[in-house]
Amino acid sequence: MNKITNHQLYRLIAAHFAEIIREPSVIFWGVVFPILMAWGLGIAFTQKGGVTAKLAIVKMIDRKDQNHETKLISLLTASSVRKDSSYSVVLKNEKLGDANLTFIETSWSNSYTLLKKGKVSVIIEDRATETRYHFDPANAEAKAAYALASGFAAGGFSSYGNNQSEIEPFTLSGTRYIDFLIPGLLAMGIMMACCWGISYTIIDRRSKKLLRRMVATPMKKSNFLLALITARFTMNVAEALLLFLFAWLYFGTKVQGSWPALIVLFIAGNIAFSGISILISSHTANPEVGNGLINAIVTPMMVVSGVFFSYHNFPEWALPVIQYLPLTMITDSFRSIFNEGAGLLDVWREALVLTTIGAVSFVIGMKLFKWY
Amino acid sequence: MIPQRMTDFEYIVEVRQVRKSFKEVRAVKGVSLMIRPGEFLALLGPNGAGKTTLVEMIEGIQHPDEGEIYIAGKQWKNHQHELHQMIGLSLQETRFMDKLTAYETMRLFASFYKLNAPRVDEVFQLIGLEEKKKAYVDNLSGGQRQRLALGVALLNKPKILLLDEPTTGLDPNARREIWNILLDLKREHNTSLILTSHYMEEAEYLCDRIVIMDQGNILGEGTLQEILALGGGHRSLDELFISLTGRHLYE
Repeated sequence: MNKITNHQLYRLIAAHFAEIIREPSVIFWGVVFPILMAWGLGIAFTQKGGVTAKLAIVKMIDRKDQNHETKLISLLTASSVRKDSSYSVVLKNEKLGDANLTFIETSWSNSYTLLKKGKVSVIIEDRATETRYHFDPANAEAKAAYALASGFAAGGFSSYGNNQSEIEPFTLSGTRYIDFLIPGLLAMGIMMACCWGISYTIIDRRSKKLLRRMVATPMKKSNFLLALITARFTMNVAEALLLFLFAWLYFGTKVQGSWPALIVLFIAGNIAFSGISILISSHTANPEVGNGLINAIVTPMMVVSGVFFSYHNFPEWALPVIQYLPLTMITDSFRSIFNEGAGLLDVWREALVLTTIGAVSFVIGMKLFKWY
Repeated sequence: MIPQRMTDFEYIVEVRQVRKSFKEVRAVKGVSLMIRPGEFLALLGPNGAGKTTLVEMIEGIQHPDEGEIYIAGKQWKNHQHELHQMIGLSLQETRFMDKLTAYETMRLFASFYKLNAPRVDEVFQLIGLEEKKKAYVDNLSGGQRQRLALGVALLNKPKILLLDEPTTGLDPNARREIWNILLDLKREHNTSLILTSHYMEEAEYLCDRIVIMDQGNILGEGTLQEILALGGGHRSLDELFISLTGRHLYE
């Protein structure tokens, strides 16, 4: 009679857990997808060199000029590999990686079509006397293409240099993009798993009247929520370990700081988002409303919290707000532990604030909570 | 009219002059209802009659604005835990977790009552669902789900069963199976039943007494014969309802 398998908390945890692991899509989105994302983004941004620029080139012949030769095209004809109407130029560089430039010779009107489709980023107006570059100065890719092309036009193959002695590539661990990305993905995983795994489950069960059925029994309400959070937390640990294992084996990601600090912060992050999840799901019984609510919380944080790219590009006035978003606090602290060697003393404040956010949200959520 | 309250209760459910409003809507307007142990009662009425609100007040999830409700002589506000142990219910709309098996679902609910595996096996036998123990709820037919819901309601050997449309959507055979389970309970355990139903035949076959509600009031109650005799001989409850209110019982 007193066997643990008869205890309601055990049964509730087992039930929630079974529901998670028996749903193949949960495994995919929770485990496989983050690893794929880490792999894809890690490869895309960590590979050496790989600069590729595509430019449209339009030959403009002045009537008075009988020569029919334009400046850049003459250079390209003499020095590049031509295939149909495009010229390929490879600027070799040991340290920076090769720059591959492709110039597509076309008409003025077609060049704009190519630009609008994103096939080229710069349009070159090439004349006998001068060469003009048309591009969007706000587009970093176009600016780089302009710099490479104009450098080549002026200085030929030596313009890009080779094996420059003043360039010292980073070899330190913790300075690559993947080192920036992995802590962000781990933090995002906590947020996503809690908000969807806890909030959506509660809303769904409420809409199916299962919560109402359960509270008509002597079930302790706190056990229900505790079980849901426990099952989710266990899954989050597994998901985070798998992602970390992948990053460690594939990219050689290392934790330079303290593991206890990482664990404390991981728990604090889970507390924060579990509390927030309870608050989000405290009232509505409509899964579509729930969907909107969850997205309204999750999406802005995903964009501004610096998971994928540094949030320091946002305007100055927004930074204090961004820095205190729960996802930012987890991401920043994870990064300082992974890459800067931070310990408990460096992140205890964040852990405390996150725990408080979780506790306050939980208490408010429970005040508003509707079981039916 | 309304019997005095007794300490050694004669009625398992006592509803005394209960009123309940939601904002502007007066859902239940002063209803009294007494149910004896072992009595089966059918609650009939169109949507919005106040049946659900009345049943929810008996179930303890709504509280009357006025009036009192006693279950086995106890009130909800001080005896929640005991009363939960005494009541079993099955709601038409409840959907259990899709990815749990029938057996796991039953074990989960059993754990809320501190009941163990032998009782779960007993209930599976009672509802005749032993072959489907290992099937996910997802893969059960409508009738099997209804039986599972009934099984969950019976786990704690309730003194009072509240069943909301327990056989809706079932074929006549499946319906009769459920009726027989219920009649066995009455015979063997003296269980009381409050049933809301769309099937007149169900109310007639199962219930000792029929209560007809409309717009928050009880229009009439008694055995089927007594009720049909109200207002002078009708052939069906629907006909009676039209003569009482000018509307159909089920629209």
